[in-house]
Amino acid sequence: MTTTSLPVAGHKPPVGAPSSPPARRRRRSWAGWGFVGPFMAVFALVFLAPIAYSIYLSLFRTQMVGGTRFVGLENYGRAFSDPQFWEALGRVALFLVVQVPIMLGIALLVALALDSGRLYGKAFFRISIFLPYAVPAVVATLMWGFMYGTRFGLVGNINDAFGISLPNPLSPDLVLASIGNIVTWEFVGYNMLIFYSALRVIPTSLYEAAELDGAGQWRVITAIKLPAIRGALVIATIFSIIGSFQLFNEPSILQALAPNAITTYFTPNLYAYSLSFSGQQYNYSATVAIIMGVVTMIVAYVVQLRGMRKEA
Amino acid sequence: MSPITRRSRRATAAIAATGALALVLTACSSGSGGGSADDAESAVEEGGTITVWAWDPTLESVAADFEEANPGVEVDIVNAGTGNDQYTALQNAIAAGSGVPDVAQIEFYALPQFALSEALTDLSSYGADELDGTFTPGPWDAVTQGDGVWALPTDSGPMALFYNKRVFDEHGIAVPTTWDEYVEAARALHAADPGTYITNDTGDAGFTTSIIWQSGGRPYQVDGTDVTIDFSDEGTQRFATTWQQMLDEDLVAPVTSWSDEWYQGLADGSIASLVIGAWMRGNLETSVESASGDWAVAPMPQWEAGEQVTSENGGSSLAIPAASENQDLAWAFLEYATAGDGIATRVAEGAFPATVAELEADDFTQQEFEYFGGQKVNEVLAESAANVAEGWTYLPFQVYANSIFNDTVGKAYVSGTTLTDGLSAWQDASVTYGKDQGFTVSE
Repeated sequence: MTTTSLPVAGHKPPVGAPSSPPARRRRRSWAGWGFVGPFMAVFALVFLAPIAYSIYLSLFRTQMVGGTRFVGLENYGRAFSDPQFWEALGRVALFLVVQVPIMLGIALLVALALDSGRLYGKAFFRISIFLPYAVPAVVATLMWGFMYGTRFGLVGNINDAFGISLPNPLSPDLVLASIGNIVTWEFVGYNMLIFYSALRVIPTSLYEAAELDGAGQWRVITAIKLPAIRGALVIATIFSIIGSFQLFNEPSILQALAPNAITTYFTPNLYAYSLSFSGQQYNYSATVAIIMGVVTMIVAYVVQLRGMRKEA
Repeated sequence: MSPITRRSRRATAAIAATGALALVLTACSSGSGGGSADDAESAVEEGGTITVWAWDPTLESVAADFEEANPGVEVDIVNAGTGNDQYTALQNAIAAGSGVPDVAQIEFYALPQFALSEALTDLSSYGADELDGTFTPGPWDAVTQGDGVWALPTDSGPMALFYNKRVFDEHGIAVPTTWDEYVEAARALHAADPGTYITNDTGDAGFTTSIIWQSGGRPYQVDGTDVTIDFSDEGTQRFATTWQQMLDEDLVAPVTSWSDEWYQGLADGSIASLVIGAWMRGNLETSVESASGDWAVAPMPQWEAGEQVTSENGGSSLAIPAASENQDLAWAFLEYATAGDGIATRVAEGAFPATVAELEADDFTQQEFEYFGGQKVNEVLAESAANVAEGWTYLPFQVYANSIFNDTVGKAYVSGTTLTDGLSAWQDASVTYGKDQGFTVSE
């Protein structure tokens, strides 16, 4: 045992000394830290310190009158009974269950179509569907915001041209759907690329075998392609869940155009932002951020467990 | 890179060049408490550098003039954002205790927040309290709180009716002098041309509080940390009832101020008037150039025929943060810009002054504006400045309260909620926040 582990560390036990297990373990751990140390330092600084600081912040309360004091878990108690926070969480949850399946469905359809080899001008479609992902979210939202305008925007132009009256996409009832439309437009290409690249690595021998067995295209998709890219599907789903819970850019920019439809607590992230930057409530804002982080982790983990279980 | 950043780079290089001597002198002249006017004079003679956070473009020339008149003095104007963005940055700098500017531009509505948290220097010791009477009553009220003078006004926003004369004439509509006439005019205008609205509104905290102010409502009462918030008083209700008609009958364009649609509407006449602060004069001239000759200015519509009551909408001041390390020199610049020769420079560049002397000067009131068809616009605006109703106070957390205005009152613009209910929801949310922040709040 000594001979297998010590050469790696570059040490030899003192001759004649009884190589007692505790002493050996201590020497070994020092050497290991030498290698792990630089990584751990960066990891602690970049990943752990901000989280620790947020947790630290969330245990205090700063008031304009009265200053800062330690309040323990009071902020967490407040968040759990805060209707604005739950409304925001409910909204992104709704967004998640409606928008993510639509977006991934379209992305999968496009990826399968591209992969089928029956599409003329494949490269052109691939690049043009991916292109929106290259447009910064801020620009995309501004662009869609102008199109949604009922007076001078595209919607307004359509209304004028056909003498109809389309519902206002920026009204309180429709604004979430309008945001879903923007996000779908932005991310279909990205998810398509994940699926497409997973499809490309499926060995062609499988297709040949299927052909010999007389399987049709539909059978090939359900029996070969989808099982083969399950890992990619799970990954794309998890990314989309995280993206939904972190929804911020689109509502934040559209807020200027539809201030009454998008409240300052429209999504949990927007709520944390408003609390911190206009409300000076850094402590409560940190609390909201931490709760959202935990919720996201739980949901993503559950999805991953389910996805992996199917694979097994 | 913006010209401003480039400018401050150059200034930084200049400081480095003047070397340690300047730094030592700067250190000597720094003080934590307010100094005296004499201290300021010697600080100017010694020279040094101050940083000014402001987005008012006219201050650039003022700073240049000040530097020229006082060799050895450097004034860095830094645009740290407009309005709320700058307050956030300032709040953060004050909390961190570093990077705090020597002078900061703060709008009247945000001043109580900074004054209350003792983030600003009381300017009384420099003799600012003797400037009572130099400024018009509205702005002076805004910068004095308790027994301190926390800032000096740079500009003011006495309200007036800016209207598109071409559109009004075209439809044969008389310029309204009361709010009842205003509602009538709104109906007539919209009936004559369904694409035209008398004004736009999607819920604007500044506009709402200013009109309530004019209507005699005093929803906010502040005494130190004791705050009263009550939107049920008569003046507030008078505004809510009148404006509710405008919303119910769809007489206001659903366009948000400062948006592209808004500027287009102002240019093509589909938004035919604005009841807004006097600073809109300069904004129309520069941002809605194509409508030159269309617009005119009339006194603010009144709640009772024959009255002459106005209120303020917007307006800024310059303050010295308590953490500034060069307060004496900061005061010298602040005084120059707000009460000294700087005023003339800023007025020449289009600012609307807050000082009585400038507002009453003939060459100011008698100036004819080509954009407004040769009208002596300043005469109307200066008249408004003299008639601002007294006794208005903003909350010590008005910045936050305004940020949640659309969450609450905004509902009245997009759903069946009434303005009265919306204002009451705003009151509740403000009370909750006030209590959270440790104020004693009553309703």
